[in-house]
Amino acid sequence: MNELMRQLLFLPEQASTFAVKVDKLHYFVVTVTMVASVLTGLIATWFFFRFRERRPNASTPIVSASHRFELAVISVPLIFFFLWVWVGFKDYIWYVTPPKNTTDIYVTGKKWMWHFAYPDGPNSNASVTVPANRPVRLLMTSRDVIHSFYVPDFRIKQDVIPGRYTETWFEATKPGRYRIYCAEFCGTWHSQMIGEVVVLPGPEFDAWMVKQKQGLAGRVDSSGSGEEFKGDLATYGRRLAGAYGCLKCHSLDGAPHIGPTWVDLYRRKTLLASGETIIADEGYLTESMMDPYVKVVKGYQQVMPSFRGKLAAPEAAALVEFIKSLRGDNLENVAPKEPVYGPVERR
Amino acid sequence: MAQLNVVNEELSLPKVHYINADRGLKSWLFTLDHKRIALMYFVLTTVALLLGGIFAMAVRFEHLTPGPTIMGANTYNRMFTLHGVVMIFLFMIPAIPGIFGNFCLPLMLGAKDVAFPRLNLLSVYVYAVGAALALYGMVSGGADAGWTFYAPYSLSTPATLAPVLFGVFILGFSSILTGLNFIVTVHTLRAPGMTWMRIPLFVWAIYATAIIQVLATPVIGLTSVLVAVERIFGFGFFDPAHGGDPVLFQHMFWFYSHPAVYIMVLPSMGVISEAVAAVARKNVFGYKMIAYSSLGIAFVGFFAWGHHMFVSGQSALDNGAFAIISMLVGVFTAIKVFNWVGTLYRGSIAIRTPLVYICGFLFFLVFGGMTGIAVATVSLDVHWHDTYFVVAHFHFIMVGAVIMGYLAAIHLWFPKMFGRMFHEGWGMVASSFIVLGFNATFIPQFLLGNAGQPRRYYMYDERFWVLNVASTAGSTLLAFGFIIILIYLIYALKNGNVAGDNPWDLKGLEWNTSSPPPKHNFDVTPTVDEDPYTYQKKGEEVEHVVI
Amino acid sequence: MSSSEGHAHAARPPRWYHAHHFDNIETQNHAVRLGMWLFLGTEVLLFAGLFLGYTVYRWLYPQTFHLASRHLDLSLGTLNTVILITSSFTVVLGYNAIQRGNSKACVRWLAVTILCALGFLVVKSFEYRHKFHEGMLPGKFYSYEGLQLPGANIFYAVYFLATGLHAFHVIVGMSILAWVMFRVKKGLYNAEYHVPVELGGLYWHLVDLIWIFLFPLLYLI
Repeated sequence: MNELMRQLLFLPEQASTFAVKVDKLHYFVVTVTMVASVLTGLIATWFFFRFRERRPNASTPIVSASHRFELAVISVPLIFFFLWVWVGFKDYIWYVTPPKNTTDIYVTGKKWMWHFAYPDGPNSNASVTVPANRPVRLLMTSRDVIHSFYVPDFRIKQDVIPGRYTETWFEATKPGRYRIYCAEFCGTWHSQMIGEVVVLPGPEFDAWMVKQKQGLAGRVDSSGSGEEFKGDLATYGRRLAGAYGCLKCHSLDGAPHIGPTWVDLYRRKTLLASGETIIADEGYLTESMMDPYVKVVKGYQQVMPSFRGKLAAPEAAALVEFIKSLRGDNLENVAPKEPVYGPVERR
Repeated sequence: MAQLNVVNEELSLPKVHYINADRGLKSWLFTLDHKRIALMYFVLTTVALLLGGIFAMAVRFEHLTPGPTIMGANTYNRMFTLHGVVMIFLFMIPAIPGIFGNFCLPLMLGAKDVAFPRLNLLSVYVYAVGAALALYGMVSGGADAGWTFYAPYSLSTPATLAPVLFGVFILGFSSILTGLNFIVTVHTLRAPGMTWMRIPLFVWAIYATAIIQVLATPVIGLTSVLVAVERIFGFGFFDPAHGGDPVLFQHMFWFYSHPAVYIMVLPSMGVISEAVAAVARKNVFGYKMIAYSSLGIAFVGFFAWGHHMFVSGQSALDNGAFAIISMLVGVFTAIKVFNWVGTLYRGSIAIRTPLVYICGFLFFLVFGGMTGIAVATVSLDVHWHDTYFVVAHFHFIMVGAVIMGYLAAIHLWFPKMFGRMFHEGWGMVASSFIVLGFNATFIPQFLLGNAGQPRRYYMYDERFWVLNVASTAGSTLLAFGFIIILIYLIYALKNGNVAGDNPWDLKGLEWNTSSPPPKHNFDVTPTVDEDPYTYQKKGEEVEHVVI
Repeated sequence: MSSSEGHAHAARPPRWYHAHHFDNIETQNHAVRLGMWLFLGTEVLLFAGLFLGYTVYRWLYPQTFHLASRHLDLSLGTLNTVILITSSFTVVLGYNAIQRGNSKACVRWLAVTILCALGFLVVKSFEYRHKFHEGMLPGKFYSYEGLQLPGANIFYAVYFLATGLHAFHVIVGMSILAWVMFRVKKGLYNAEYHVPVELGGLYWHLVDLIWIFLFPLLYLI
């Protein structure tokens, strides 16, 4: 049944957990829509013949509706629509809530290609390799205009916006190769901003990753040293932190300095000068590099310069990874009370 | 209704009517007569429709093969921009209010003219200037940002956009003036006895439209000017490179452009309300429900804009709220559909050209409307957003519903406007072409969207090929239908049979004067004493049916 | 907005200002008033976009906006507010005068109003010149040394767009009032018919009202 409906509706393969979930609603919605519209057309056409003009200028009865009929007319579509929206919103909440322990990949969109970087490994253009049956989270930003990361076989799409980080996640179920499109018009070769997700079975992915790390192509950081760099993203971030002078103000020993310490900063509940409390996630950390005064931590001065335009996207990603790696022994005590990415209960 | 309806047995055109009352170019260029202004709109918007259609066909033919077919990538991007801007700002928004609103609204209310005739004339000229500027800007500057002008692409594209944006701003003024005029007219110029609950439903629809025009249009005006100013002076308002927020642009853009959908579709719904009652010769079933649901759509439509931005990084809570509000629009529309079908029930239905359009309209509106709720269902929209599914959905509403209403209006009021009949046989042929061609064009596009082809794609993967060719084939049928209509209508202008004042014995006030009407509409101000859909003969036993 | 003038149509209306398609002058007055109020509605919505932009960016850059507003000239802003509120009062005095049929007084009060508007623009131009001189400019032109914070250029973008659009409305309002004043002087309006004076006054109140919102948002908080 599932397969028949999928083929009838020309839907692509169901290659992720979300695709399986969302397609059920898809079939239901499309079926109801088809039935309702065809029924309306048929009833109208039937009326045309049943009540066709038998003599010119005939008188017609005055037809009015009983309250029961009116109630039915309003409630039937309301019930159907509400059901759609309710189920749809529930699925959507599931979709925007990534589980813990995701494999994170940094995605950068630019005219007209996709760039991928792993926290502790290689980076690549156009093609990204992910494990099957493990959740993968994408942290995305754009270098120029708005793009939109779209994988039809996974039924996922997320706008990629310059100056902001957006995220999406998926859990691929079938090894294979799947198209990535850009879904937001971005210029001349918008239609050629194409990439590929290569899904490998878990063990194969691990082996692939090990191989990649061994032969890791050298990275050149843009801090001016010009040296080649080998190693994972966090180590790269440590080098950048030194090169950009971050460590002059941010300590690595847990003591507050000119700026807040970086130890245990990641996912710390932080009180801002505005009185608001936020959780220092990837988005916040990146934002603070680019626009340091938008969310200043309470008790600190506005002295940090903006790194907008100075840090390349992979470098920002490396810094975030470095901060994430700095965990003290008292991690349990400062961890937020409720899980940040608590997955919605699944049945 | 007053017994003014003298049936003209010889069926000849009245000697003096609004078209020949004054002669010379000047009498047209400086006319304050709402009927002549309607004809000016008719000519201008028909040109826009033809242009937009040509651009659409160019886009469709480009898609005959997966690779480059007849044009380059940049030309293609300009082509769909031209198609979108021309169809939406130059045709859809002004067409039905400009032509049939202007022509019929004062006639239906029993007024001599709209409230502010000079503003009415001004709105035509503002429209012409705005349209010329936008077209000139697009053709000379190579605008390629799509009709949505999303920042920061619209800020960084090398094309010249400022003239187009100012053109959109100016066109907005024309729309505001028209809407303002209609609201005041409905409030102040109703004939004696024309109570609010006796107003024809087309007028109700135009009234609801006018409210949106007046309240939403200034926002797009400001937004387009902001983008233009930013392009010229680099103000950084929407530019992330200067600290601006590109998503703010989307909010401001859709705050107008979502209600704009109702600016386009509500008048068409009004036409269908009239046409259904006219062909079925029957009291409108649920008059109040139709009238109030128009106002309901106008009101709720203001708060649904966020459903265009489900994947833009908007918060999940916002998305849920916008989904529920969008659903309400669907309920209001469903009420209307029930009432139209209910009006047909136990009618005395004449099989005439408007009937085909009514039938097409009902199917397209239900399918297009329900797929609209479907794309407002957040989780499904993640897959469908910015694919051909959305393209097909809004074409079902914009072409399916709006153009069916537009064509139904032409075939309903053509005899009143020009005093002559079109050829009924050709009318049926053309309408069949249109309805079939439309389905053949856009049903494959729904499937393309399901399959995952994003919109605005110059080249596409080969697996989308078959459906694209099917869509292009359908579009030629559709175009053919329009050409037939154009030909037989132009022929009918001079050579059609004389229609007579009221060829179908209808009850609205507009049928209560000669065809074409005299310059001052009515020789005697009509007095109204019943609702406009009373098709029972005086003194006859009236059958009441309750369902 | 003054469709109250007569049309040169065949059937001559009884009074010059009574358009033929209105049954009586009361309906016509009702129509033009309604039209004016609707137009004011569109004007409010036009500015609403800028207020929205202000709100969003204030939320994004709260501290910058707070500090940047300190760099506006509060005394000149206050002076302008006083000028505009005074002008709103004088335009009402003008309307009151024509209601009583005193067209001379009406012309006088309208002239005072226009002078106030001119004064407002002069003060504004001093403010603008200072901003230009200091480099407190929108977007990429921002070069003010005294305030180097992200979002400062956005604050000045909002400032110049909002006050610029408002200044444009002041000019339009002045022109409308000048036109009305000219026609009062010609003796076209009297105690019986003076709707255009009323409409001009309404428009002027709107211009004033928008400033009442702009002033605290930009200068005070």
